[in-house]
Amino acid sequence: MDKFTFGVTMLVVGMGGTLLTLGVMSAIMTVLKKAFPYKKEGDSEKKS
Amino acid sequence: MLEVFASGFSGLIAGFLHLSMPNIIMIVIGCILLFLGIKKNFEPLLLVPIGFGCILVNIPLADLMEPGGFLRTIYEAGIMTELFPLLIFVGIGAMTDFEPVLENPITFLLGAAGQFGIFLTLVLALALGFKELEAVSIGIIGACDGPTAIYVTSQYAPHLLGAVSVAAYSYMSLVPLIQPPIMKILTTERERTTVMKAHKKTVSPTTKLLFPLVITIVGGLIAPKGLPLLGTIMLGNLMRESGAVERLTKASQNEIANVVTLLLGISIGATMDGRVFLQPQTLIVLGLGFVAICLDTACGVLLGKVLYVFTGGKVNPLIGAAGISAFPMSARVVMREGQKYNKKNYLLMHAMGANAGGQIGSVIAAAVMLSVLKGMGII
Repeated sequence: MDKFTFGVTMLVVGMGGTLLTLGVMSAIMTVLKKAFPYKKEGDSEKKS
Repeated sequence: MLEVFASGFSGLIAGFLHLSMPNIIMIVIGCILLFLGIKKNFEPLLLVPIGFGCILVNIPLADLMEPGGFLRTIYEAGIMTELFPLLIFVGIGAMTDFEPVLENPITFLLGAAGQFGIFLTLVLALALGFKELEAVSIGIIGACDGPTAIYVTSQYAPHLLGAVSVAAYSYMSLVPLIQPPIMKILTTERERTTVMKAHKKTVSPTTKLLFPLVITIVGGLIAPKGLPLLGTIMLGNLMRESGAVERLTKASQNEIANVVTLLLGISIGATMDGRVFLQPQTLIVLGLGFVAICLDTACGVLLGKVLYVFTGGKVNPLIGAAGISAFPMSARVVMREGQKYNKKNYLLMHAMGANAGGQIGSVIAAAVMLSVLKGMGII
């Protein structure tokens, strides 16, 4: 493999992979936040 | 009798006789690193042991980096095995609160933009004639993350370890000087004065606890070659967030991190033997490292500008500059720059989000890079 092909592959797949991975993580964390919402201290006590 | 005296005396002056110009220059460089660490407070925890290691290894005939020498023993035990950077990562995970990035998960993307410099610099290094794995190691300076740079370079271009490590740590400490001009050039007055709303607390303890587990599993599946990096930082963070192993968390934050930082620094300094270090290649590596960090900052700010447009002016593009791994220094720079243009602008928490994203981003970028290299059959 020549250096040009290597460089372009690393740039496209490497950077694309980084963006994609962090995008996926961002989406998962958004879902987790919705699945386990923050409750102020005392909220659960009031309900019970 | 006189001959015996003379030969005994020659043993005392042999060190001076073997002192070469590269050794003298490197001893001066070691002193400069000590000066920067002690007097200027630039990353003293690392520059002091690195500077001293540099002086030690350049004193002739001590053979500290020869087989059996004490610096060689430390180097082989911790750098060649990649143990030191990974232990440092456990400490970083235990010290870092990722809540700001969880408050606003979109800031993960700013952390990704802050890694563009790695890949662009890699291409530049290839264009300048470096071999593939050397270019990878030089590009990784753009992660702005010392342990990641050491982890990758020690595996794939150990002869560049001294230059890459010194560049990574020096530029990290120079972030307050490097970033502001780039931030100013790339943004308009109106963008810089954008006020961002304060976050309300929205992250539950369960989410914070699940975060390291999810990142480890998802990141590990996508980029298995980088799992040691990702796994160790997330192990530290899991210990912190669980609260169940307070002793281990404190040990990771303090004793382990301190001991490993000392040994890591001195072994990096030990790679700075004048005969190897003083080459034109070293200057090019230092230059490319500088370019990498400038590109990271520029790409982060440019993505910040994109978010500014897409959100109708709700995101201050300056926070994009914090999408690098220099935590929390870069976030503080953004806060300071923001207040320079609007005294009522408090960007710190938003910038901390981007900065925490940058910390994960740098590890992910390295992990992805290693997995792509593995996929291409290069490693």
